[in-house]
Amino acid sequence: MNETGPRLLQGNEACVEGALAAGLRFFAGYPITPSTEIAEICSLRLPQVGGTFLQMEDEIASMAAVCGASLAGAKAMTATSGPGFSLKQENLGFAAQAEIPCVVVDVQRVGPSTGMPTSPAQGDVMQARWGTHGDHEIVVLSPSSVMEAYTLTITAFNIAEELRTPVVLLMDEIVGHLREKVTLDAAGKLPVVDRDKPSCPKELYKPYGPGQGRLTDVPPLAAFGEGYRFHVTGLTHGEDGSPTNNPKVGERQILRIVQKIASRRDELARFEEISMEDAEVVVVAYGGTARSAKKAVRDARAEGIKAGLLRVITLWPFPETRVAKLREMGLKAVIVPEMNMGQYVLPVKRVIGDACPVIPLNKVAGQFIEPKDILEAIKGAM
Amino acid sequence: MRTELRLAGEGGQGLMTAAIIFAGAAAEYTDLNAIQTQSYGPESRGGSSKADVIIADEDIDYPEVDHPHFVVVMAQEACDKFVPTVAKGGTVIVDSTYVGSVPEVDARVVKYPISAKARELGREIVANIVALGLLTGLSRLVPEEAVMKSLLKRIPKGTEELNKKAFQAGLEAAKQVP
Repeated sequence: MNETGPRLLQGNEACVEGALAAGLRFFAGYPITPSTEIAEICSLRLPQVGGTFLQMEDEIASMAAVCGASLAGAKAMTATSGPGFSLKQENLGFAAQAEIPCVVVDVQRVGPSTGMPTSPAQGDVMQARWGTHGDHEIVVLSPSSVMEAYTLTITAFNIAEELRTPVVLLMDEIVGHLREKVTLDAAGKLPVVDRDKPSCPKELYKPYGPGQGRLTDVPPLAAFGEGYRFHVTGLTHGEDGSPTNNPKVGERQILRIVQKIASRRDELARFEEISMEDAEVVVVAYGGTARSAKKAVRDARAEGIKAGLLRVITLWPFPETRVAKLREMGLKAVIVPEMNMGQYVLPVKRVIGDACPVIPLNKVAGQFIEPKDILEAIKGAM
Repeated sequence: MRTELRLAGEGGQGLMTAAIIFAGAAAEYTDLNAIQTQSYGPESRGGSSKADVIIADEDIDYPEVDHPHFVVVMAQEACDKFVPTVAKGGTVIVDSTYVGSVPEVDARVVKYPISAKARELGREIVANIVALGLLTGLSRLVPEEAVMKSLLKRIPKGTEELNKKAFQAGLEAAKQVP
């Protein structure tokens, strides 16, 4: 379907287009609203490009299949929503621990539990960061438009491949089900990154040994079937992949998988800024809610109110450096609208400290945060 | 300029499809911007279903429809719920096959037996396309030819003739409206 020119595309469709452009060759999933279209379209498109679509018996197995496919060399993805995202957490942790590149899409709906299947929410922000147990870092990207669902899916694969890590594309029902006019070719040919492969003699390969490849702290990954013999485990392991209880070896491994992401916080940080230069009140927003925030900031400016928008695209690792700069602006307030009871406002508050009030603006149960709600909060803070 | 449209009825009546065809016509065959959203219950058939479209010559940030300028209703429940949301001076298109009473509103109300007409043309399944014809004719937001192209691109092969007839019937009905 290599269509050119403007198309009316759904966020979920654009995500698949992006994944295919990034080289997706394997999808395993268990369909769930509001992410179902991603599985549906993958089942149609993947066989056309020589890829594989597997509908698994549940989300746990889907995530396991994605790990397996990636270790066999395929760019792999799964998609789900809250209830399924909960089930994927165990193997998501396995992917972080075993350094398996993959992309997990979570199209958020109202929770907890099965909640409201067809209604939007942003309640999985903290789960995306800390849903799986143990010390780990994870990259979480959140698109606000259909075009961005396309470009960010490509980015998600590139980061996953480059850093040998799972990346979460955290969408919400607003963006997943939204149909919008997009021209995909306008994005141009976006760069596609493939994982680093070992070049050493097969018997010397250390799947978890630093200093062997493009990046000193990210070991190259051989594909099973290529003749490199190695061990993959969720247990804490040494450079050859064998389990260990040695605290020194274990510490080295844990610190490396954390640091390979944490040390790149600033280069991973992505955000959009609107009217920030002279802003007196700043709205920090992400995903579907950022669309309301953009309108509210424009409406405020039309009334002569100095409001600005910092739209966060890389939710995790938290864009600490950029948010810390807000401290120096002499702001009257920072407003954080989210379709949850207040999750992302917590790290924002931690970084802003006592520099200015940080005001949460929350709605749950599928209700939209409307531009007028945010405009009112902006006015209240002036 | 931003114009908001809403199509509502029961799940299975094809209103989502009609909304996608309409928004697709604007997005793919004109310079206008378009957005389409929907809300529906967990059921695949039955339950109430609502599809919204926004057509604009500017960026569309906020994607929700609050007070649509055009409202199409094809079931009584949808009529009771959504007709009162119509913008002042807007247009309400009612499928009189299934809707008896229409709430009083400060808007033009056009009643037409949409589903009965579709049945007469061959199959009630194209009632959504009759409605699409009415909406295209009355709103004059997107050229007929653009909607026709978008329609033919999005319907199953082998159903072109019936769909074309249904669309034409809707356009004709719109012309009869004073």
